Amino acid sequence: MAAWQGYARTRKDAWLISGTLLVLFLVSWHLFTLRGAFDPKGLTDEQLQLMEFNGDIVRTAEGGYAWNPEKEKVKGVPGPLAVLDKIYIELGEAFVKKGTNDHGIAYLVLYTVTRFGAGFLAASVVAIMLGVLLGLNKVLFQAVNPYIQILKPISPLAWMPLLLYTVKDPKWTAVLVVFMAALWPTLATTAFGVNSLRKDYLHVAAILQLSWFKRLFKVILPGAAPTIVNGLRISFGSALVAVVPAEMLLGELGVGYLSWIEWNNLDIAGVIFAILVVGVVGVVLDSGFNKLAGLVTYQE
Amino acid sequence: MAFLEIDHVTKYFPSPSGSGQVCIFKDATIKIEKGEFVTTIGHSGCGKSTLLNIIAGLETMTEGGIILNGREVTGPGLDRMVVFQNFSLMPWMTVFENIRLAVRAAYPDWDREKIAAHVHKYIALVGLKGAEDKRPTALSGGMKQRVGLARAFSIEPKVLLLDEPFAQIDALTRGVIQEELVQMWNATRNTVFMVTHDVDEAILLSDRIMLMTNGPSARIAEIVDVTIPRPRSRDTIIEHPHYYKIRNHIIHFLVRHASHGETDAGSGAKQAEGSAPLVVKF
Repeated sequence: MAAWQGYARTRKDAWLISGTLLVLFLVSWHLFTLRGAFDPKGLTDEQLQLMEFNGDIVRTAEGGYAWNPEKEKVKGVPGPLAVLDKIYIELGEAFVKKGTNDHGIAYLVLYTVTRFGAGFLAASVVAIMLGVLLGLNKVLFQAVNPYIQILKPISPLAWMPLLLYTVKDPKWTAVLVVFMAALWPTLATTAFGVNSLRKDYLHVAAILQLSWFKRLFKVILPGAAPTIVNGLRISFGSALVAVVPAEMLLGELGVGYLSWIEWNNLDIAGVIFAILVVGVVGVVLDSGFNKLAGLVTYQE
Repeated sequence: MAFLEIDHVTKYFPSPSGSGQVCIFKDATIKIEKGEFVTTIGHSGCGKSTLLNIIAGLETMTEGGIILNGREVTGPGLDRMVVFQNFSLMPWMTVFENIRLAVRAAYPDWDREKIAAHVHKYIALVGLKGAEDKRPTALSGGMKQRVGLARAFSIEPKVLLLDEPFAQIDALTRGVIQEELVQMWNATRNTVFMVTHDVDEAILLSDRIMLMTNGPSARIAEIVDVTIPRPRSRDTIIEHPHYYKIRNHIIHFLVRHASHGETDAGSGAKQAEGSAPLVVKF
């Protein structure tokens, strides 16, 4: 046990292991998706002609057959090199709008982030305001809590049909799905954080006769801030998970929609690319959260 | 009329089992003059902190009344500032900001420079110059309570309420900070109501000491006059002939009341239920 705990000690070790894992993964991926040269054995002339007609195979200079390099994407899972190609192409066209459904990746990220941002911001404001009110009044919290418990575990996507039917506009429906995903974790943790604030701080605020405004912004919110930021983080993850399928189902242009389109085109490299983009966007926004959390934490 | 009158204050709490009520203390009565330093001593559970919270307005009394400067006390206010046992400094604010919060609340008409100067004055007074921008987590217990004292003194309240202020400070620092409190108080002569466990502390600081019996239904049994002249300091006070008389008397009282339900029997200081506290003067 001690040997395992003492195994990797420094930051440098972490980088080394990280890098090794990545290399191992890429190499295995490459080997797994490698195909041997095309072997015409066992196929009839007719089948070979059909394959050539479809563009799956091409005639080589020597008169034999080989896999058509242009059609690599249709056969099996693409290797890392194919995905790299795709990344290169997409980034090159990042700011181009080729058609109504074919905007560059930069635009798609913008649409998704805007949609996500609007829903998340609105949900956070509502959740924090409501959470503070519930946290300050125990009886009120007990009254409202059963409804929160019932609504909280409902998947945000389950709201989508109802929202679409009521709101009718798919653009707003997508934002509302994000809203429904981001609302509950922040609401629950804010109420908890405010409720468990040390009573002493509220006593000091009472003795000093602070206005409700000062009480909220100088005592309650800063006091509950670390808990609230934690709740926001969870909400954020939940909302990010919801925005991708929401886009897919509603056909709204964005990164989620990209994976769906690439799937329809059977461009698996494109699907992988879309997954990577979602991941990168998530990482960037999450590191923003880390900074925010660092600003508001305090030690008792 | 005395400056601060505590008149037959009684406190009941609902019984934990749910049925009926438990009486914490009954008929607490004392008249405190302006500028007097009064301390309450008693065992845990006798309700002395509850009494302090009632004077502060943080708890309600079941019966009785409290009158400060002719006006009845109904809730918390800037005229009765508390120094808490666990310091109660806002951990997300610096020392300066913690004190400024109080000063701003007490003097809303002052401008920024005046407030800053006032805060700095009190930081210097408690000897924390240089620590203005530190957060409470970076301070020792003694330093934190000095901030608490600075915060309380800086708003110049009518009554200063000290709730076992030095209980969480180590014994060595405690002596030092007690003397600092004596000096601060000598300069401002606020009316003070303190609760403590420490007999020596009470004698050093107070004009009068209230002795409470045990709960439930605790009473103020005696009020001891501390007949040792001021100014006092820790090393000279113990030379005074009355010091150990007072100290021994209080210790005898506390030992007699060491377990719950103990009566005043067996010491000569007999007292009928519901009568006024016995005044003891050496």
